[in-house]
Amino acid sequence: MTRIGKVVRTTAFKLSAIYIAVFSVFSLFFILYISYSTNVLLNQQLRDTIATELLGLSDQYRVGGLQAVVEVIEQRAHQPGASLYLVTDISGRILAGNVAEVANDVLSTSSIDPITVRYQRYTGDSEQRTALVQVVRLPSGFLLLVGRDTGEREQFRQIIGGALAWALVLMIALATLSYIFVSRVVLRRIDSLSASSRRIMEGDLAGRLEVTGSGDEFDRLADSLNAMLDRIEHLLYGVKDVSDNIAHDLKTPLTRLRNRVETALAGPADAANYRAALEATIEESDQLIKTFNALLMIARIEAGSPDGEMTEIDANAVVHDVAELYEPVADEAGVELTANTAPQPIMIKASRELLGQALANLIDNAIKYGAPVEGAAHIALSATREGDTLVLRVADNGPGIPADDRERALQRFVRLEKSRTQPGSGLGLSLVAAVARLHHGAIELGDGNPGLVVTMRLPLK
Amino acid sequence: MRILLIEDDKEAAAYLSKALREAGHVPDHAPDGDQGASMAADGGYDVLVVDRMLPKRDGLSVIEDLRKKGDHTPALILSALGQVDDRVAGLRAGGDDYLAKPYAFSELLARVEALARRRIPDAAETVFRVGDLELDRLSHTVARSGQAIPLQPREFRLLEYLMKHAGQVVTRTMLLENVWDYHFDPQTNVIDVHISRLRAKIDKGFREPLLHTVRGAGYMIK
Repeated sequence: MTRIGKVVRTTAFKLSAIYIAVFSVFSLFFILYISYSTNVLLNQQLRDTIATELLGLSDQYRVGGLQAVVEVIEQRAHQPGASLYLVTDISGRILAGNVAEVANDVLSTSSIDPITVRYQRYTGDSEQRTALVQVVRLPSGFLLLVGRDTGEREQFRQIIGGALAWALVLMIALATLSYIFVSRVVLRRIDSLSASSRRIMEGDLAGRLEVTGSGDEFDRLADSLNAMLDRIEHLLYGVKDVSDNIAHDLKTPLTRLRNRVETALAGPADAANYRAALEATIEESDQLIKTFNALLMIARIEAGSPDGEMTEIDANAVVHDVAELYEPVADEAGVELTANTAPQPIMIKASRELLGQALANLIDNAIKYGAPVEGAAHIALSATREGDTLVLRVADNGPGIPADDRERALQRFVRLEKSRTQPGSGLGLSLVAAVARLHHGAIELGDGNPGLVVTMRLPLK
Repeated sequence: MRILLIEDDKEAAAYLSKALREAGHVPDHAPDGDQGASMAADGGYDVLVVDRMLPKRDGLSVIEDLRKKGDHTPALILSALGQVDDRVAGLRAGGDDYLAKPYAFSELLARVEALARRRIPDAAETVFRVGDLELDRLSHTVARSGQAIPLQPREFRLLEYLMKHAGQVVTRTMLLENVWDYHFDPQTNVIDVHISRLRAKIDKGFREPLLHTVRGAGYMIK
C-alpha cells in the first residue's frame, strides 16, 4: 500500500473529509441563499427606481412637452451616480442623455419590463457597461430610455464569491487541524492498543493493554480486553496444566501396567499366573479410566461448558440424598455421618449431579483422611442459607490440614503426604473447586478445631 | 435374544459379537449408520446397541428416525464422550440407556438384558415374587415366607429394582443410576454396603439366600 493510500484509509482522514464535506455543503447553501435573495432584492430596487423616473419624466412631458423632458434629463444626467437617460427621435438620432451608444435593437423593442443591455457611457470613458433599461415611446414618436447601471450588483456578487473562497480556505484549515487532533490524540491510543494486542498474539501472554486511568471509552475497552486476556491465559494454563499432569501422572500407572503384563509374559506360562496378571491389569486400567474421566470432567467444568442440566433444585434434598447414600459406608468405617439442613427449602439453579458429586468427594475424603487419632470419628454435613448465599459444609473431627498446605491441597494431582498411601487420584478437591466455580461460588478449607471444615459458598441468584 | 450391534470399530464389534454369542444371544453387526438404520428398520431385534459416532450417519439420528416411525425397540447408546450433557442428548434422541466407553463387557451385557426385559409390560404388575420373597408395590410392604420385613424407603426401591430384574445381573452403576439417580462414579463401594444391609434384612435367618453377588459384574436376585 502506498503512503498516501495508508493515510486515506485512516479514520482520522475519513473523519476530516466528512467534516469538510458537511461544512462545505452547509456554507455553500448559506452563501447561495444569501446571494440569490440579495440579487432579487437589488433587482427589485433597480426596477422600482426606473419605474419612478419614467413616471416623473412622463409627467414632465405632459406638462412641458419634449422640451421640459430634455431639460430635466440634461440636469439630472450630470449628477454623480445618475441614472441613464436617452431621448431619440424616430430615426434614432440622439437628442439628449448621458448614454453614448446603445444597440439599435434595444430601442426598437418597447417592452414594458426592464431589460439588461450593454452600453457606453457618454462621459468620456469608453468602457462597455451593463445596465438595466426600460424604453418607452412618447406620444409624439420620440423614444425615451431610462436605466440604471448594474455595477453595484456585480460588486456585491464579487463580495459573496470572496466570502465563499475564504470560507473554503478556513474549512480546509480547520479540517487539517481536526485531522491532526484526531490522528494524534485519539487514533494514537487505538494504534497503541493494536500494537499491544499484536505483541500478545505473538506470544507475550502475560502482556496487557495500557489503561491510562482517564476512564474514557478507550480505557473501558482496554479493561474488558484485559479481562478477556486474563480468562484466556487462565484457560490456556489450565490446558497446559492438564497436559503436563496427564504426561506426568498418567504415564506412571501406564508404565506400571505395561511392566506387569511384561512380567507375566516373561514368567511361567501357566493359566493361574496369567489370570492373576490380567485381573490386576483390568483393575489398574479401571483406575486409569477413573483418573482420566475426573480430569476431563474438571477440564470441561472449568471451560464453563453447560455440563449437566442446571435446574431449580432444593439444596436440602441434595444433602439428604448424598448423606443417605454414604451413611452405610461411613457406618462401616466406624464414622458417624450426620446431615443438618435448613428448615426451609433452599432453592438454587444448579446441577444436582455435580453438587452431589462434589459432596460425595468431600465425604469420601473425610472418611479416608478425617478420622481422629483417638475417639469416635464424626462427619457433619450441612446446608444453610446466609442471605443470598447457599453454604454447604462438610466438617470432620480429624487431624485437619495445616494452614500452609490448604491452598496446595486444592490443586490438581496434589496429594498431601498422609494421603499418598491411600488409593485416589488427587483430583477430588479440585473437582469440588471446579464445581463451585461453575456455580459462581468458591470453596474454602478451614480449621474445625479439631478437624477440617470444607465450605462451599454458592450464590443463590 | 436378537441384538443389532451398530459399531464401526471392527475389533470392538468382533469382540462384542463373540461375547454376546457366548452369553447366549444372537448378535448381528452393521458397520455404519446407513446399514444399521436399514437393518433396524427391517425389525425383529430385541435390543439395539448403537455407537454414537458412526461413519455415514450419526447413531443418534438412526435412533431418532426409528422412533419417528413408531419403532420402540430398546436402544443402548455407546459413546466415548460420556459426559452428563451427552447422556442427556442421547436419551432425548430416544435412546433408552447410555454407556460410556470404555466399559466392562459385564456392564454392557447387564444393561442389554435389562433393556430387553423392559419390553415385557410390567407396569400393571403390582406384586413381585422371587422364591418366597414378596414385594407389594402398592402397599410398599415386603414379606418373606409370610413374615413382614420392614425396609427403609431407599432399601425398598433398591429391592424393587433388583426384583424387577430378577434373574438378571444388575451392576453397581445401574443401581446408582436407577435407585439414586446419580451418574457419577462414587469411588468407594457405597453400593456394596447398601446391598449388604439389604441382604442382612431379607436373607439373614433364611436357609436359601436370594440376593447373590456376581463376581466382577454386580448383583442378582433369584
